[in-house]
Amino acid sequence: MEHKISLNEAMVARAREAAKSIADDVWQHIEAHTTDSVERASLRLLGITGVNDIDVPLVNVVVEQARPLLPSGVMRPFVDLMMRSGTDAQQTAEALARGDLTLAPVPPERYAAVEARAAELAAEGVARIDAVRARRAELIAQTSEPARPYVYVIVATGNIKEDVVQAQAAVRAGADVIAVIRTTAQSLLDYVPYGITTEGFGGTYATQENFRLMRAGLDEVGAEVGRYIRLCNYASGLCMPEIAAMGALERLDMMLNDSMYGIIFRNINMKRTFVDQYLSRLLNARAGIIINTGEDNYLTTADAFTQAHTVVSSDFINEEFALRANLEPWQIGLGHAFEMNPATPDQVVYQIADALLIRELFPDYPLKYMPPTKYMTGDIFQGHVIDAMFNFTGIFTGQDIMLLGMLTEALHTPLLQDRYLSIRNAKYVFEANRHLLGEVNFRPGGLIETRANEVLEKAVAQLSTCSTSGSSKPSPTASSPTSNASRRVAAAAKGSSSRRLTTSTPSTTPYARGAPADHRRRRSASPSKSSSRPRDNRPRPPRVRGGRHDRQAVW
Amino acid sequence: MIVKPYGDTRDDGVMQFSFTLPIPYSVKAPDVGKQFLEQLGFTEVSIAEAKGIDPQFTFYVAYGSAPQGIDPDQVKGDYLEVEEMDYYAVNRFIKERLGRKLSVVGAAIETDAHTVGIDAILNMKGFAGNYGLERYPEMEVLNMGSQIPCEQLLKTALERHADAILVSQIVTQKNIHVQNLTKLIELCEAEGVRDKFILVVGGPRINNAFAKELGYDAGFGPHTSPLSVASYLAQEVVRRRESKA
Repeated sequence: MEHKISLNEAMVARAREAAKSIADDVWQHIEAHTTDSVERASLRLLGITGVNDIDVPLVNVVVEQARPLLPSGVMRPFVDLMMRSGTDAQQTAEALARGDLTLAPVPPERYAAVEARAAELAAEGVARIDAVRARRAELIAQTSEPARPYVYVIVATGNIKEDVVQAQAAVRAGADVIAVIRTTAQSLLDYVPYGITTEGFGGTYATQENFRLMRAGLDEVGAEVGRYIRLCNYASGLCMPEIAAMGALERLDMMLNDSMYGIIFRNINMKRTFVDQYLSRLLNARAGIIINTGEDNYLTTADAFTQAHTVVSSDFINEEFALRANLEPWQIGLGHAFEMNPATPDQVVYQIADALLIRELFPDYPLKYMPPTKYMTGDIFQGHVIDAMFNFTGIFTGQDIMLLGMLTEALHTPLLQDRYLSIRNAKYVFEANRHLLGEVNFRPGGLIETRANEVLEKAVAQLSTCSTSGSSKPSPTASSPTSNASRRVAAAAKGSSSRRLTTSTPSTTPYARGAPADHRRRRSASPSKSSSRPRDNRPRPPRVRGGRHDRQAVW
Repeated sequence: MIVKPYGDTRDDGVMQFSFTLPIPYSVKAPDVGKQFLEQLGFTEVSIAEAKGIDPQFTFYVAYGSAPQGIDPDQVKGDYLEVEEMDYYAVNRFIKERLGRKLSVVGAAIETDAHTVGIDAILNMKGFAGNYGLERYPEMEVLNMGSQIPCEQLLKTALERHADAILVSQIVTQKNIHVQNLTKLIELCEAEGVRDKFILVVGGPRINNAFAKELGYDAGFGPHTSPLSVASYLAQEVVRRRESKA
């Protein structure tokens, strides 16, 4: 993209440097720990599915039984047990649930054989993910790649069958991405519900079966309309990595997958979240999934005019964590939105400035622009006009993924006709203004350029403060011999609200990985590790635009 | 006096509609929509738009004239009219008339994970330039956050000798809020402590009559300012105390 406004490049460099230093601070912690959900995700990639007789997922049952062994991961003792019992992963998990088998530490004489078998199984898990990714490429080739920006809408009936009906109607009206909103508070469940959902509150559970049903529905309507329709869900909350694993297997195409959302908005243990976001993003990277980050949430409680820089700061941090998790630029759907009070004079001018700022800062990423919510009212007619201005801002500033506003945003989950009207609104505005940006130059030193630089400057100040004194100083890790128990206490004191809703796993604290010194090999038995891409943990320089990952080349 | 909707002439009764019927669009579809509205009693129905928005659905925009009017004077209900004081007046009122701090406990209960409502009312920074209750020197406020089980909320309120319990319910799908709100009332009654508290509920789909029906003392809907909640609580606590004395 041609530069539309001139930004202070020194500030941009300082922002990235500060984000890097913030990520460095938590990196040691991420590297040294695993979590319940990381372990369960690894088991899911072995193909373990289903629940026990009281509906506890088998992966939870296994991890619970492995608790004393967890510091060095569940994978080795589990694979050892598979080898000794001569059964496959699913049968072994079922036998564990029945109490016919028990997990035990791997004795040194079997260690090498277990490692070798685990590596094979890991490769099989990764191959399954790769096959799904290849299938997506095949389907896109058979249908077509929708034009940018993608039209992204939400379904949320609580009944997956009804969701499919509404999603298909939305696609026929022009939607390119369907997100299925999860049931209220799923983010705080420490397990992934199993099976089909026909009654949910505020949304529909993210379950593997629901993923499969919606996927089939979208493939069907995609073939009908001749566009590949993307499916989006939420790899967030306590089961972030597991949902990423399920999404990788069921061909989701996008995942809400923010590195900090759970901490900031769901009060989830931050040590756990940083570990969880890493594996979930590694999986999304491998699966060819586009992640979406949740920066729009910052300004639902703070004023967009004065606090816009918080979005920019967070985008830089999310970028840094995303790059460290192997995500390629075309997969990093940074989120943003700057909904100002409609009473603010020139609000659209400032909203354009802020949206353009993000576009300029992250030129190679499929940016996701979020719709107005905070100032939407029961006046649906006025709401429809405000939505149109957001659609205009989105197309005008070259956004890639447009989550459409609904005229009834303030009232209820969208009616079928609301979605239709919103899509018509967006399609009209997009086509009517498609080439406008290319025709416009912004006045140097004008309102827009000045505002963009001011917001950037405040973001740099905020990032610098965080990187020198912020909340992300190194925590006790494997290098300092703090016991798991004390870590758990520390996390509890931090107030993880998640514990209230856990079924089988009482602790949300990450386990220091690799406690037995001779077994200290990082997650080497986990399928995710055997990603064929080199895992380079050193901070990377920002990608240069126009390089191998240029949007044009990828899309 | 009876009034009817005003289109462009007094008592023409004109109303506009938009709705979707689960039928494929066909040449007959406009008439289906028209007769549907006529069967509801509307006259002079005109279908402005009937469009197939999917093979299974037809979307309508229509106009019709209302068959009857309404007398506003005959509408009686349970409306909460709060005499709004300013921030200083509320604090002064509590100090002078109650003589101690007014204790408030608030939460989004049960399944509801949304703190936006309770935060807008309680958090110090408040909402739209209107300070939250935590800012009031004469109030002692505990915001317990979201997904608080009713049992925990009630236990905390009892421990703190709260004057008022504020409950927020944002999610209303499938009437989950009715279930949650009823649970709290039933719990208070089962424990025999219903009279100890002013029970207030707030949320985008809450109104006073609805709250009363469920057994709450007051309900606050959208656009409620922290100040009107503060004014109500101060006046109601004092009223109860003085009526007992």
